[in-house]
Amino acid sequence: MIEQEENKQQKNDRIKSRLILNKPKNNEESINTSKENIKIECKDIDFHYGTNHALKNVNLQIMENRITALIGPSGCGKSTFIRTINRMYEHVVDTKIEGTIHLDKENVLAPDYDVTELRKKVGMVFQKPNPFPKSIYENVIYGPRKHGLKNKGQLDLIVERSLKKAALWDEVKDRLHTSALGLSGGQQQRLCIARCLAVDPEVLLMDEPTSALDPIATLKIEDLFQALREEYTIVIVTHSMQQAARISDNTAFFLNGEIIESGLTDDLFTKPKDSRTEDYITGRFS
Amino acid sequence: METFQQKNIRKRKLKNSILHIVLASIIVFSIIMLLLLLYQVFSEGLSRLSWSFITSMPSRFPDRAGIASALAGSIWTIGLTIIFSVPLGVGTALYLEEYANQKSWWTKLLQLNIANLAGVPSIVYGMLGLAVFVKFLHFNRSILAGALTLTLLILPVIIVASQEAIKSVPSPLKEGSYALGVSKWQTIVGVIVPYAAPGILTGSILAVSRAMGEAAPLIMIGAAGYISFLPKSPLDSFTVLPIQIFNWTSRPQAEFAEIAAAGIIVLLVLLLSMNAIAIVLRNKYQNRMD
Repeated sequence: MIEQEENKQQKNDRIKSRLILNKPKNNEESINTSKENIKIECKDIDFHYGTNHALKNVNLQIMENRITALIGPSGCGKSTFIRTINRMYEHVVDTKIEGTIHLDKENVLAPDYDVTELRKKVGMVFQKPNPFPKSIYENVIYGPRKHGLKNKGQLDLIVERSLKKAALWDEVKDRLHTSALGLSGGQQQRLCIARCLAVDPEVLLMDEPTSALDPIATLKIEDLFQALREEYTIVIVTHSMQQAARISDNTAFFLNGEIIESGLTDDLFTKPKDSRTEDYITGRFS
Repeated sequence: METFQQKNIRKRKLKNSILHIVLASIIVFSIIMLLLLLYQVFSEGLSRLSWSFITSMPSRFPDRAGIASALAGSIWTIGLTIIFSVPLGVGTALYLEEYANQKSWWTKLLQLNIANLAGVPSIVYGMLGLAVFVKFLHFNRSILAGALTLTLLILPVIIVASQEAIKSVPSPLKEGSYALGVSKWQTIVGVIVPYAAPGILTGSILAVSRAMGEAAPLIMIGAAGYISFLPKSPLDSFTVLPIQIFNWTSRPQAEFAEIAAAGIIVLLVLLLSMNAIAIVLRNKYQNRMD
C-alpha cells in the first residue's frame, strides 16, 4: 500500500516536472483573460437528462485561440457539457437546459439562434473516428456541399486546404477518391478534423479525440492541435491528465456535474486550490 | 481412470458433433426437397416451354395455350406494386425511426400493429382490397386494384425490414452529420439511406417476391382466370402467373399439367431474375461502403 502510494507520488512529480519543462508557451499571454478574449461564456448551465441532473450550475469562460481541456472522472458531465455548446443534446429526447451560453456575445441557447449557423461556427470531433462510408474527398466536402456549395473548383480548393490544415494532405493526396474506411484510425480521426474544418468553424469541440488511437497517432493529433490553436478556439475533453497537461492552456475540472476548479493549466496542475482537484490529479481517485 | 474433467470434455465434444450432424442433415433434407420439386417441374414442363408458349394467349387447346397475358399481367401488377409499396414503406420506416417519438404510446401502438399486420393472412387483404379498391373506389377488377391490394399485403414487411436497416446505421455517423450543421432531412439523404440501402433493398425484394407468388388475394378481388388480350393500362382487367397456373392445374387433361409446369418455370425464372437484380444492386452499394 505504502509502496503504491509512493509510486503514485513519484509519477505525479514526474508529470509535474514534465509539465513545467515542456511548456513552450508564452505565459504572460495566457494570463491575459481580459474581456475581449472570451470566445464562449457559459453562465449558470443546468442540464437534465430525464430525472438525471447532469450539469449543476456550470460557469466557464473559454478563451479565444486557446486550448481548454475538460478533465474529470467518467460520468462527471464533461462530454455532456461540450454537447451543450453546439446543442447536440437536441438529438436526445427528454433533455432540459437552463442558463446561457454566449458565443461572441450572442446567446446560442436562445430559441431563435439558428442551430445550423451555430454548428457551422462550432465544429465537433468525436471519441471514435466516424468518417462516412464514402471517399476521402466526399467526406471533406460533405458539409460545404450540404450547405449549398456546388462549384467544383471551390470544392477542390476546400478539400486541399482542409486536408492540409489537418496534416493529412500529403498522406492522401494521391487517393482522394478511395474509401475513407481504408485509412488507419489516426488518419480517419484527422479526416474527421478536416471534415470539420471544411465548413470554416471558429471553435472546435473535441470529445476525447484520441482515446481510440495508439500513442503515435495521438502524438500527431496533439501536434496538430498546437498548429490549429493559431486559428481556432479548441475545447477538448480528455481522460488523460497527461494529455491535458501537455496540450492545454486552460483546464476545467469536472466532478459530479459541477466545475470544481478552472484556470490556467499550469496553475491547476501545480497548485490546485481545491483538495478534490488535488486528489484527482494525483490519482487518488478516478 | 478418467478424471471428471476429461469425462466432461469428452461429453461436450460428443454433444458438439451430434448437433453438427443434426443441423447438417436438416439442410440436406431441405435441399433434397427443393431439388425433387425442381426435377418434377422441369421434367414435366421443359418440353412445353418454347417461345410460342411465352408469346401466345391461353387457349382451351393445350397445344396452342400460352402464358403471354398472365406474364404481362404479373409484370404490370408487380411493377405498380413496387412503385407504390417501396416509397411508402421506406417513408414510414424513416418516420418511425427518425422522426416519431420512440417513447410515446402512439408510436408503440403503431409499431405493434405493423408487426401484427405482417402476419395477417393474404386472403384477408384480398377482402379489404375488394371492399375498398374494387367497390368503394370503383377501380373494378383492374390491375390498379390488384397492385394496391398487394401493396397493402407487403407494406408491413417492407416497413419492418427497412426499420431494421435504418436502426443499424451507427449513431456516430448521424451525429457526425448533425455536428456539421446538416439538417435532419439532408442527413437522411446523405448518410442514413445510403448506409441502410442494402438492407432496405433485400427486405423489399423478398416482400415483392412474395407478392409475385400470391394468388389468393387477387382471386378475391376478381382477377380473371382467362384473359386473351395484353393489358394496356392499369385500369384493364388482368390475370397473373399464379392464377393462370392454378387455373391450368385444375383442368382434367394431362397436357394441362405439363403446361402448368412450364408456367411454373416461367414464374421461377422471373422471381430468380428479380432476386439477381437485388443482389447485384446490394453488392454495388456494399462495395461503395467498404
